Amino acid sequence: MQLALFIIFAALAIAGALNLLLQKHPINSALSLVVVMLSLAVLYWSLGAEFLAAAQVIVYSGAIMVLFVFVIMLLNAGEEEHTTGSRAAYFAGIPGALAVFCLLSFVFLRESKAFGSVQLSTAPVGAMSNIAEISQVLFTKLLLPFEVTSILILVAILGAVVLARKEERE
Amino acid sequence: MHLTDFQIFLLLSLVKVAVVLVITLTAVAYTVLLERKVIGRMQNRWGPSRTGPFGLLQPLADGIKLFLKEDLTPLLVERPLFLIAPIIALTCALVSVAVVPFGAVTLFHGVDLFEVANVNVGLLVILGITSIGVYGIALSGWSSNNKFALLGSLRATSQMISYELALGLSLVGVVLRAGSLNLRTIVDSQSAHGALSWNIFGGLQIVAFFIYLMSAYAETNRSPFDLPEAESELVAGYHTEYSSMKFAMFFMAEYANMITVSCVATLMFFGGASSPFGHLTDFGGPIAMGLQSIFWFVFKIFAFLFLYIWVRSTLPRFRYDQLMAFGWKFLMPVAIVNIILTSLAMALHAKV
Repeated sequence: MQLALFIIFAALAIAGALNLLLQKHPINSALSLVVVMLSLAVLYWSLGAEFLAAAQVIVYSGAIMVLFVFVIMLLNAGEEEHTTGSRAAYFAGIPGALAVFCLLSFVFLRESKAFGSVQLSTAPVGAMSNIAEISQVLFTKLLLPFEVTSILILVAILGAVVLARKEERE
Repeated sequence: MHLTDFQIFLLLSLVKVAVVLVITLTAVAYTVLLERKVIGRMQNRWGPSRTGPFGLLQPLADGIKLFLKEDLTPLLVERPLFLIAPIIALTCALVSVAVVPFGAVTLFHGVDLFEVANVNVGLLVILGITSIGVYGIALSGWSSNNKFALLGSLRATSQMISYELALGLSLVGVVLRAGSLNLRTIVDSQSAHGALSWNIFGGLQIVAFFIYLMSAYAETNRSPFDLPEAESELVAGYHTEYSSMKFAMFFMAEYANMITVSCVATLMFFGGASSPFGHLTDFGGPIAMGLQSIFWFVFKIFAFLFLYIWVRSTLPRFRYDQLMAFGWKFLMPVAIVNIILTSLAMALHAKV
C-alpha cells in the first residue's frame, strides 16, 4: 500500500517537474509546480508526517503558488521562446547534475540503515500526534534558528512595504 | 459469507462516501431553494411556488434546465484550463466534508458510522483543501479571456488569500483549548456541560467566533463580501463565460462551501453534534443517541445557513478598499490579540 502510494506520487512529482520545464506558458509551469507540491505532501503523509503534509499544502500550494499564479495573471505574461541554451550549461550542467545524483544516491544507500523506517499509520485514533513533537523540538532545541527565521521574514515584509510605498511619495 | 475486517472497512467506507456525497448534493440543491424562498419572504414576495407543493420540486427543475442547456465554449479560451477550473472548484468544495464528524461516535464492526475519515489533523485538512479551491476560481477567470471574468477572479483570489489568514488565526484559540487538531477531540472538549461548555460561551471564544464568521463569509464570496460576482459592475464575475453544467458546478461549489464553512463553525464553536442540554437528554439505545446527535448537527448547520441568507438580504455590499482594510487592519489584529489572551489565560489557569 505504502509502496504503491510512493510509486504513484513520486512518478507524478517527477512528471510535474518535467512538465514545469517543458511547458511554454508560465501559468502551465506554475500549475505543474502545484502538482509537484501536492505529490510531495502525499509522500510526507505516507511517511507519517501529517502535520508537515498539511502545512505543505496550506503554505506552498495554497498560499505561495496562488500568489505566483495571481502575479502571472495580473501581468498577463505571454509565452516564452525556447532557446537552445548556452554551451556552458551542456558542458558544466549535465556532468554536475550527474555528480550530485551519484553522490546523493551513494550517501543514501550507504547510510540507509541509520535512517530507520516508518509505517503508514493504520489507526490514527488515539495515536500520538507528531504536532506536539514538532513544536517541542521547535521551541526548545531549535528556538534560536526559529526566531532568526521569523525576524528574517519580518525584514522581508518590511522591505516589500518600503518598495511598494516608494512610488506614492514621488 | 464471511468478510475480513479489511473488507468490512472497505465496504462501509464506500457506502459512507456514497451516502455523504448524495446527502451533501441534495442539501446543496435545497439550500438554493431555501435561499430563494427566505429572501423572497424577506422582500415581501413568494419566491418559487409553482413547481410542486410549495415549490419543493424547483431544484429538480433547475437541475434539468441546466443539464439540457447548450454548453457553449467561447472561441478564444485557454481550453484545458477552462474545462478543468469548474472541476477543481467543485471537487475541493465536496472533498472537505469527508473529515467532518456529523454524529456521535457510533461504532459498527470497528468502523465509525458518522464520519467518513477520522484524521489526526482534520482541521488542517479542511483548511488545506479550501486553500486549493482558490485555483478553480482564479483559473476560470483567467482562462475565459474576458476582462470582466478576469477582474472577478482577481478580486476573488485576493479576497480569499487575505481572509484565509484571519480565518486560520481565529481558529487557533479553539485549537489551544482543545489541545488537538482532530475534529472529534475538539468536539469532545466542549461537550461536557451542553451549551455552557461550548467554545463560544464557556470557552470565551465569542470574539474568535465573530472573526471566523466574517472571514468565512468572505472566503465563500458571499454577501456582504460578494464583490467577485458584483453583477452591477462585473456582469457575473469569474463565471461569466460558463454555461450549462459548467456553470452549475461553480454554483454547486459555492453552496457546498457554505455548508462546509457552517460545519466547521458548528464543530469549532457550537459543540458539533453534541446536544445543547448536555447529558440531560441522553435516553434510548445507541441508535436513538446517534439519531439525536445527527438531529442537533443538522439543526445547527441549518441555523448557520439561515443566518447566511438573512445577512445576504440585510447588508449592502462592501467597497473593495473597505473590504481589504477590514480584513487586514481589523480582523487580523483582533484575531492575534485573541490568541495571546487565550494562551495567557490558559497559562495562568495551568499554574494556579
